[in-house]
Amino acid sequence: MPEVSRRKLFAGFAAAPFLGALAASGENPAPAPAHKFAPRVSGREMMRRRYFPNFELVAHNGMKMKFYDDMLKDKIVLLNFMYADCQGVCPTITANLKHVQKILREQINHEIFFYSLTVKPETDTPVKLMEYAKMHGIHDKYWNFMTGKPEELDMIRHSLGFADPDPELDKDKARHSGMVRYGNEPMTLWGMCQGSGEPAWMAQEIGFAIPREFKKHPAINE
Amino acid sequence: MYFNANGEKISRARWKEMYNAFKNRQELVKAGLTSRRDLMRMGLLTGAGMLIAKKGLSSRAWADTWGSGSCYSGTSGCGNCASPTTRPWVMNMPIPPVKQPIALSALTGPAPTIAPNNAINPATGIAYEGRTRAHQSPIGSNGNLPFPAATVYQVNQQVANVSMSPDLPMQRLWTFDGMSPGPTYVSHYGTPILIRNYNNLPSDNGGFGINSVSTHLHNAHNPSESDGFPCDYFASGQYYDQYYPNQLAGFLSDHVSTNGDINEALSTLWYHDHREGFTSQNVYKGLVGHYILFNNYDTGDETTGFRLPSFPNYDIPMMFADRCFDASTGDLVFDTFNTDGILGDKFLVNGVIQPVLHVSPRRYRLRWINTGPSRFLQIYLTDLNNLTTSQPFWQISNDGNLLPKPVQVPAVALGVAERADVIIDFSKYAGKTIYLENRLLQPNGQGGPTGSVASPGKGFLMLQIVVDQPAATDNSVDPATLPSYYTLPSVSGTPRVSRTFNFDQGRNGQWTINGSLFSCTTPRFTVQQNSLEQWYFDNGWNWSHPIHVHFEEHQVTQGAPGLYGSSSDDSWDYSKYGNQYCWSGCTTKAPTGVNLARKDTVRLVPKANATIRMRFRDWVGRYVMHCHNVIHEDHAMMLRFDIATTGDTKTNP
Repeated sequence: MPEVSRRKLFAGFAAAPFLGALAASGENPAPAPAHKFAPRVSGREMMRRRYFPNFELVAHNGMKMKFYDDMLKDKIVLLNFMYADCQGVCPTITANLKHVQKILREQINHEIFFYSLTVKPETDTPVKLMEYAKMHGIHDKYWNFMTGKPEELDMIRHSLGFADPDPELDKDKARHSGMVRYGNEPMTLWGMCQGSGEPAWMAQEIGFAIPREFKKHPAINE
Repeated sequence: MYFNANGEKISRARWKEMYNAFKNRQELVKAGLTSRRDLMRMGLLTGAGMLIAKKGLSSRAWADTWGSGSCYSGTSGCGNCASPTTRPWVMNMPIPPVKQPIALSALTGPAPTIAPNNAINPATGIAYEGRTRAHQSPIGSNGNLPFPAATVYQVNQQVANVSMSPDLPMQRLWTFDGMSPGPTYVSHYGTPILIRNYNNLPSDNGGFGINSVSTHLHNAHNPSESDGFPCDYFASGQYYDQYYPNQLAGFLSDHVSTNGDINEALSTLWYHDHREGFTSQNVYKGLVGHYILFNNYDTGDETTGFRLPSFPNYDIPMMFADRCFDASTGDLVFDTFNTDGILGDKFLVNGVIQPVLHVSPRRYRLRWINTGPSRFLQIYLTDLNNLTTSQPFWQISNDGNLLPKPVQVPAVALGVAERADVIIDFSKYAGKTIYLENRLLQPNGQGGPTGSVASPGKGFLMLQIVVDQPAATDNSVDPATLPSYYTLPSVSGTPRVSRTFNFDQGRNGQWTINGSLFSCTTPRFTVQQNSLEQWYFDNGWNWSHPIHVHFEEHQVTQGAPGLYGSSSDDSWDYSKYGNQYCWSGCTTKAPTGVNLARKDTVRLVPKANATIRMRFRDWVGRYVMHCHNVIHEDHAMMLRFDIATTGDTKTNP
């Protein structure tokens, strides 16, 4: 560690050798910036670059959607992972999210976009996801079940922190359905909550990512 | 019978697979192969950033790391944090100013009320106050608890441009009164205070943070509504009146006649944001500060009481933190979707990267606080011109609570939120330059420290201390004379209930206590007010967790961890799996030395367990226990417990 930082330090001092000489002699050099930095990037842009690959996914109705441009940009969103054959918590969470959506609709003048992304794109075709949606009584243009290229969905899943640090455990698809990410993309507010949490509480949590002007009444958090 | 991390039954073959995966990963960690570049070199990572399927490699190697590049593609820059270079020892270490009280009439907004002030503020369109619960009885009806308190403060949480290094652009931090750390509160036992805490944070968060807050005073003996309970968050434009009684534990229960038990006195506390789900973002963004409590023994004056070095000249609080900066813009960056733990490559003391402190050749009391977010520290005093000699010093507190007597130590280990007051006699170093050095090796946010320590001078130098100030009279007591401070209160009674808590990883790499994630609305158990409880902490697998319990200090009766690297045990030696295992004090071993102490945060090392005992006196309401790796806390290794006049006896809540 010290070696590396010393080497970096000297590289920096090449542009300002007199400072390097002072530092080497143990004196405090005059505080002057040693770098020229690129202009500050907005938080939104930083998040887009770092976490939101603009892969093209396919919704259960067959519509193609780009992950950033069409699914996230300018939106308040809720994201979770599931798969159609899931016998574990997926159906519970899907049912729970329906309650959350209902509560939010009563309290907010603004749509929240729900995206349930499959962890098994190999088998979860749009048709299969459509069946899953129908089975759960979801006929809603604001709630899309998404599939796509396996490696791209996998990248999105890792990027959003829906992965297990142990790759062996990570292969177990049943593990990827507990958590719900919610976010306000333009305001760069990103949080998580428990998918099986109490719907009223989840709605309140998510409500804080929603600007006040979108709220029908200030019951949510305020 | 075999179980996975969720406690579900699995086949022996599956268990073996998991076990092998674990060993493979340890091999890599041991070999120091943690950066993306290392993995590339090993041929374990493809150019596109995809891991080659060697069992046991972290599937997140290309997802949880950071820098200026995109974190999903594994392009360069998104390796382990690679901040721009900064020159060390250029800026002086800031010492935050002492917060000054104001007149009650000078408060902005309506006068303080016992019940929350729900009246709508016409300027904001929302309630004046964000508090939802009244200040609990007997506040306002007990002579020791006048309302409003005689001493009143007002603090503003606001955005400010702050310099962390002359080599970085000004950082747009969230601060208390424009500073991070915020101003230092200096309080005295027996003098309650009221803080009007204004949230004036902007909605533009610059990429992370949420402008709703709950300020926790860690680990004050405070009523729940003023504790900074994570779900008591309030909106920008609102205030929250926090009433800090500054009373000794027991003052309303078993030590009424003496106004509490002096042996429960606290000294070094800190305040920080505790907003549910966003604690890591808001703390990382700057919402922290010091809080010091004095009394008739620990007076802040070296000519009276315990005669500890005088505040503020020779008694200096220090917050340690690590941060990461974007290589191209120089801006502070946060790894939003990381659920493991995040490590920076820049070390800050009181908000500045590698600062300098000039001192006189005499004794100082330094109050050390590890504010994280995820890094464990083991701090040594290092003389770069004399690396072969150990430089011991005196530790006088554990988690900010004075020990029965000073203990001479070679180093101090601090998990996130742990604290230690130390006395260092700089007369030994007159004219010299020495350093505070973190020698604990922690390769990444995953797991925790390796347990190994770097050799002297090869760790992270965090603070330069130059002993070049004029000689000064020293009236403080030499800790080598082993003066007595407080007696350790007895916890030998029969606990009303013993509860067991398992800390482990759940689905999605999320963090659980007894298999559950945090919920604001559901108390997992209820403690009976004024009772003694015993809690058994059981840590799973290969992660470290600093576990913090709100409200009252506990004592670790078994399993307290020692200094890293000082034991022949090695928790990374997985051959011990299946046996009772702990770091340097197995569960049969009683605490000694600095572990013979009152604490509020227990450092659980991998596969360790610990037993604590604590009382829950005087106040009632909602509190939490959580992992203070704030990334784990937010994802959601925390539970709510309530204190009420009637408790339950759930043993595995």
